[in-house]
Amino acid sequence: MTPEEKLVRTENLNLHYGENHVLKSVNFDISRGSVTAFIGPSGCGKSSYLRCLNRMNDFIPGARVDGRILIDGTDIYALGVDVIALRRRVGMVFQKPNPFPMSIYENVAYGPRLFGVKGRESLDEIVRSSLEGAALWGEVKDKLNTSGTGLSGGQQQRLCIARAIATQPELLLMDEPTSALDPFSTARIEELIRELKSRYTVAIVTHNMQQAARVSDRTAFFLLGELVEYGPTAHIFTAPDDKRTEDYITGRFG
Amino acid sequence: MIAINTRKQQDSDLTEIKRMLFRLGKIGGNAVIRAVWALEKGDGAAARSIIEGDDALDELTRRIDADCMSFGARYQPLGRDLRAVTSIMHMAVDLERVGDYGVNIARAALKMEGRVLIKPLIDIPRMAAILSEMLDKALTAFDAGDAETAKTVFVMDAQVDELEKQVVRELFTMVMERVDRLEQAFLLMNVARTLERAGDHATNIAERVIYMCTGKTAKASEYKRPRETEGVEP
Repeated sequence: MTPEEKLVRTENLNLHYGENHVLKSVNFDISRGSVTAFIGPSGCGKSSYLRCLNRMNDFIPGARVDGRILIDGTDIYALGVDVIALRRRVGMVFQKPNPFPMSIYENVAYGPRLFGVKGRESLDEIVRSSLEGAALWGEVKDKLNTSGTGLSGGQQQRLCIARAIATQPELLLMDEPTSALDPFSTARIEELIRELKSRYTVAIVTHNMQQAARVSDRTAFFLLGELVEYGPTAHIFTAPDDKRTEDYITGRFG
Repeated sequence: MIAINTRKQQDSDLTEIKRMLFRLGKIGGNAVIRAVWALEKGDGAAARSIIEGDDALDELTRRIDADCMSFGARYQPLGRDLRAVTSIMHMAVDLERVGDYGVNIARAALKMEGRVLIKPLIDIPRMAAILSEMLDKALTAFDAGDAETAKTVFVMDAQVDELEKQVVRELFTMVMERVDRLEQAFLLMNVARTLERAGDHATNIAERVIYMCTGKTAKASEYKRPRETEGVEP
């Protein structure tokens, strides 16, 4: 298998927060250019897994990671890995839109500038293409210098997506990106996710099973820190192999 | 701690739809059995009552369809709920068709009212009895979520097919002996053909039940008539 096909390989990953065994021997791969959904009850480890992918768990005291995660063949937990560079390659969008308290333009230009892009023209181009990529350009092109926090919730979330893709990441992580949005804004983000996968690989945590069914190619079901089942989305939501998956998607336990 | 059953309404709605499907199965199956009986006994009144009952069957089918749609819209079912509701929609179509076949046979019975049959009916009532058992088995399997019981339907369908061939063969011989039997022979062949088709619908239902229970598609042809596939060398 060429490294191009599998962007992320997770090998025997264990995560502890102190005494708490949060992820238990997780093994699976994420294909390049796909959308992978992570489902499971709260506290089952799906967000924790996502946070392993850009080493955000490093911030949590007592967090310990065993096993390997390879992104493009590189072990991201190996000694000497540049974590800042890793986070450029692995963008993240959170549950609550969190634009920086600065202009729309600066929100998007912030990352590229941090990574050394200079010159007004280059930045202008990145801001435009990122906002276009996040399907927000038409709505904000005439007010790029107004504050990002003045936008509607759905627009703010698309601004965060623009900010995340401005550094041209390979992998885009989304942790419940639409749970704070109305149905129309949700539909726009979902449409955007489908478009984004032509350029990025997307991993999304969602509590909305129908959303997972709509946007993803493959779905991973986590339960109590274990990856119970991982497979094509249509299969997981119509006839999963594991009874626990079936029980969860039909609401038979919470 | 208070245990909250989060599926209470959903389960009760689905149970109600299932109940309607059983009723449809009963009405559809009975229509065929009673129509064959009416044919056998030359009972026009019974035949007429089956034809009149068709509207109720259509109405029940329409209600099942509407309730399945509403269930889908309300709960956006997944997994086995999704398999159940889509299976029910298919099964309702099959059962309604079985009921329609009952009406067709009842019409044949009406044509025969007051006339003497060219032969006593033996295989046709047997076909109807097997069909009734097939429907019964399929719906019992559906109720119990039991794929193994559903598979037994496939073998019975092979028996119905065999009986149909036998009926046709026999009637052909009778026509060859006396050509004035042609009209009635034709009518009875049609009845046998209708029953054979009803068997196919019962088989479809069994296949659906298996899919619903296991999530895997089952093909009746993989289970029945082993002797036809035996000895067939490529």
